[in-house]
Amino acid sequence: MTDKNGFFDLSKTGFTRRAALKGLAAGAGLAMAPGFVRYSQAQSSAPIKIGFQSHRTGIGAAYGRWYEKTTAAAIKAINAAGGINGRQVEVIIEDDGTDPGRGAEVVGKFATQHKTDIVFGTLFSHVVIGSAPAAGENKMPYFVVSEGHHVASTKLNRYVFQPGITDVKSQIQSMAPWIAANAGKKVTQIFPDFAFGYDHRDYLPPALKAQGADVIAQIAIPPTESSFTKYFPQIPAETEVIYHVMVGPAVLTFVKELGEFYGSNRPQLFGFIDSLEAVDINSPGLEFLDGSHFWEGSPRYAQPDDTEAQKAYRAAVGIDDNGAAVGDPKDVSTAAHMFGCWETLYVVKKAMEDAGYKGPEDRAKLVEATEALKEFAEGPEHPQGPKTFNGKIHQCFGIQNISKVEGGKLKVVHKTKIEDGLYEPEGDYTTQAL
Amino acid sequence: MSEASPAKAYGLHLGVIALLFVLSFLLPEYYHGLLARIMVLAVFAMGYNMLFGYVGLLSLGHAMFFGAGLYGAGLAIIQLGWSVPAAFAAGLCCGAVLSLVIGLLALRTTGVAFMIVTMMFAQVFYLAILYFAAWTGGDQGMVVPQPARVLAFGATSLDLTDPTVRYMAALGLFSLVLLMTLAIVRSRYGRVLVAVRENEERTKMLGYDTFSNKLAAVVVSGTICAASGAAYALLFGYVGSSFASVQYSILPLLWVLLGGAATTLGPLIGTLFMYYVIDVTSGYTSAYLLIVGIALILLVLFFPKGILGTIRQRWLGWLP
Amino acid sequence: MHFGPHLLLATLEGLVTSAVLALTALGLSLVFGVMRVVNVAHGEFFMLGAVLAWAITSAIGGHPALGFLAALVIAPLIVGAIALVAERLVLRRLDYNPEATIVATIGMLYIIQQLALTFYGPEARPVEPPFSYRIVLPWFGYSGYKLSIIAASALLLIATWLVLTRTRIGLIMRATQYDSETTQAFGIPVGRVYGGVFALGAMLAAIAAVLIVPISQAHYLMGQDPLLLSFIVIIIGGLGSLRGTVVAAVLIGLSDGIVSMFFSPTLAKIIATLLVAMVLVFRPQGLFGTASR
Repeated sequence: MTDKNGFFDLSKTGFTRRAALKGLAAGAGLAMAPGFVRYSQAQSSAPIKIGFQSHRTGIGAAYGRWYEKTTAAAIKAINAAGGINGRQVEVIIEDDGTDPGRGAEVVGKFATQHKTDIVFGTLFSHVVIGSAPAAGENKMPYFVVSEGHHVASTKLNRYVFQPGITDVKSQIQSMAPWIAANAGKKVTQIFPDFAFGYDHRDYLPPALKAQGADVIAQIAIPPTESSFTKYFPQIPAETEVIYHVMVGPAVLTFVKELGEFYGSNRPQLFGFIDSLEAVDINSPGLEFLDGSHFWEGSPRYAQPDDTEAQKAYRAAVGIDDNGAAVGDPKDVSTAAHMFGCWETLYVVKKAMEDAGYKGPEDRAKLVEATEALKEFAEGPEHPQGPKTFNGKIHQCFGIQNISKVEGGKLKVVHKTKIEDGLYEPEGDYTTQAL
Repeated sequence: MSEASPAKAYGLHLGVIALLFVLSFLLPEYYHGLLARIMVLAVFAMGYNMLFGYVGLLSLGHAMFFGAGLYGAGLAIIQLGWSVPAAFAAGLCCGAVLSLVIGLLALRTTGVAFMIVTMMFAQVFYLAILYFAAWTGGDQGMVVPQPARVLAFGATSLDLTDPTVRYMAALGLFSLVLLMTLAIVRSRYGRVLVAVRENEERTKMLGYDTFSNKLAAVVVSGTICAASGAAYALLFGYVGSSFASVQYSILPLLWVLLGGAATTLGPLIGTLFMYYVIDVTSGYTSAYLLIVGIALILLVLFFPKGILGTIRQRWLGWLP
Repeated sequence: MHFGPHLLLATLEGLVTSAVLALTALGLSLVFGVMRVVNVAHGEFFMLGAVLAWAITSAIGGHPALGFLAALVIAPLIVGAIALVAERLVLRRLDYNPEATIVATIGMLYIIQQLALTFYGPEARPVEPPFSYRIVLPWFGYSGYKLSIIAASALLLIATWLVLTRTRIGLIMRATQYDSETTQAFGIPVGRVYGGVFALGAMLAAIAAVLIVPISQAHYLMGQDPLLLSFIVIIIGGLGSLRGTVVAAVLIGLSDGIVSMFFSPTLAKIIATLLVAMVLVFRPQGLFGTASR
């Protein structure tokens, strides 16, 4: 039990809220209470303030820590290159406890107490959905890095964006052709019995059908479950592929029990790496995954054909070739998702520059400037790959990776095209009033 | 406990309500919004206090009553397109019906068994929300759209998403429930409830039907909690399953115990206290739960009857 | 899979759940029975046991069995010591008042959980089982270690039963449970008995956690489910009845496993929970209790 997993990691990088506030007070040369700084006085010289709604406690804590690290690295790079519109950028962190009720309060706190320019960084879907009304009411641009389909469903409001990570509906759709062609035609799905699982339940069968394959069974596991063997008999014997998405701490148990149940005589396995984010692929019990395939947003392990931008990004965030923290091979990152923080911040930068953003009175302009964005080229600002952005549904679409577990590493064997994941928009945010 | 004159008791409570009204114009924006939320949740705590404080029944399942109001109102607006008042009424009805059914079943037990049974029913309620995800949105929950959260009276309309309107709506509900609990507590019925708490057998022997008195208390308590849940859905626009989880059954217990069980103003003070401790400490450290934990233990060591309960015991014996 | 093998699998799974649940619930039952304290932090002692097991096994290294055995001894001792300190510093001063102790143990729950998050971190971490033997049946494979949990738990339960019924310590504990004032009058230091019982209860939870951790990882939020289930078990079993606790644990573990054969999983959970709640509603004193207290 060392401090490597400690909670206070970020205090060492001078990235706590207090440090941020101190910097703010010093930077603006104001002696007033930092929470009540008036913008009219602080314009142009004062830093741009980004409120970071972080999962520091609660079920999302493992993700929250890496989201904070990636964000710190991106902000450092942006500030070193001159900031946004010539102003430095500062991040103020508030913990939402991975709870939607507290999430909404935190957005309110950013809007009315810290008076941040935007709110950013939320991952868990229920927190995004719980916080979205508060963002809309406070007319606060809210940039999430959640991969949920909630933003693109156009059920939220005009102030909510997801420009840095592809949504799960698109991810699933782009996986189907590969699964049908390479893994097998008869698929059994195992997924958690909550919303994240439902996206997989609802979008995979039609996507596979279009490729001539079939989902022959769907097994929904209750979120409170900690043991899975009793559900395995429901997997039909003719299953060729088990498509699994498990989220939460019980995933190791799930894989281990699957291993004990099947032994070496198993169907093909295809999973979403969400299950194993922040988990060492070489943990005892995971040998069973050898030879199986995973979706990855951004690859955890360094690949031979990595671009310079990808290498620079990995170095900036501080992860080694195995996707673990530099200097601590056991501290595995959430590489498949956290790149979204980096890319989202660069989208915010671009949109703020396009809008000539000066302060909170320009928030509506910022929303419109973000909606006007069309595509993001691969490069240092978008190391995961190129993306297109649909301003009507506030969602970006990028390439996806399929990786094979081989010799204790994840090796990318297939990259999808952006077109594989496009679908008909379900609505249009731009018709809503600002 | 000496008895306060009606003027003194009602005077104090009206004073508190007046203070909250004045605060609306004085508080900085952030605390203004926070206090609106606290008042809505204090109603939840007052509902809990009805049963726990005055009847002595410790339930660990009140999140389901809050949830019944939350989902009753939320689903009525989102799925059925009802108006705000109709949705609020739907939330209340759901709470009343659910608490009647739960009361009929759970009141067959007492003590710790009552606590466990209510907890299990609440767990069933929570799982049912997940199971019927097609309508409830499952664990992600649902957003009540902003345009639907408007109270229309003919030509004029009140936008519940406006901070001042929201604050006043929360204050209105809070005041109503506060004065109602005060009236109940001071009534003949309130005294019967306390008698049940102190000695149920004796009360029974005096000729009171303790079961129906307790059942009525469960329904009143559950309906008040549902009112809080319905108000939460309408004022803050989010309906989610985490509000029906066991954590939200423990919270009102905590708020009531902190503020002082069986005091009319205790629930407000307990809710206020917990919120501010979390809000202030979370600004300094991410380990704020540690501080909350320590604060709880210190409070219970040095203020065993809760804040207001201790004040009543030591100084102001007349507090209702 | 055919009905027979499916039932066998569900039964085995149910028995493993029951074995761990029985130990955890027994700890809670002792504390509640003897001290009349509803220990909301019981699940956190369970979690601490698992987290310590991870710390100890990763510190020792070598053959997994070595670290595991060390954890099985050391982790419960540390947890017991922590519980003892908490009892002396807090619960004793509260005079074991039922409501005050609920708040105090909720406070402990927050403190322990936050400390675990701070020092251990938010990740789920695995512990290697002392041996990994896969039993191959004609229809499916099954973990040999899981079967050994059932045996270990049964041994521990028998040992606890012997201590409670055949030793002087057990006699004192039962006497305190029956009538603490009279026991005090006979010159028994009831205060120290309480301290010991609270520590013992926490240790039982810790042992259960060390047994389960090789199949279900240590995580700082893992304490909630065992707590809720343990509450249910001790109420169903009847307060203070060891036999009732064991039978109720088996009943709940098995029903959880077998109901899941027939319904979709979440619906199965709903039905199982309702079923148990109804048992309580219509038999409030529990299956083996004599009267509700």
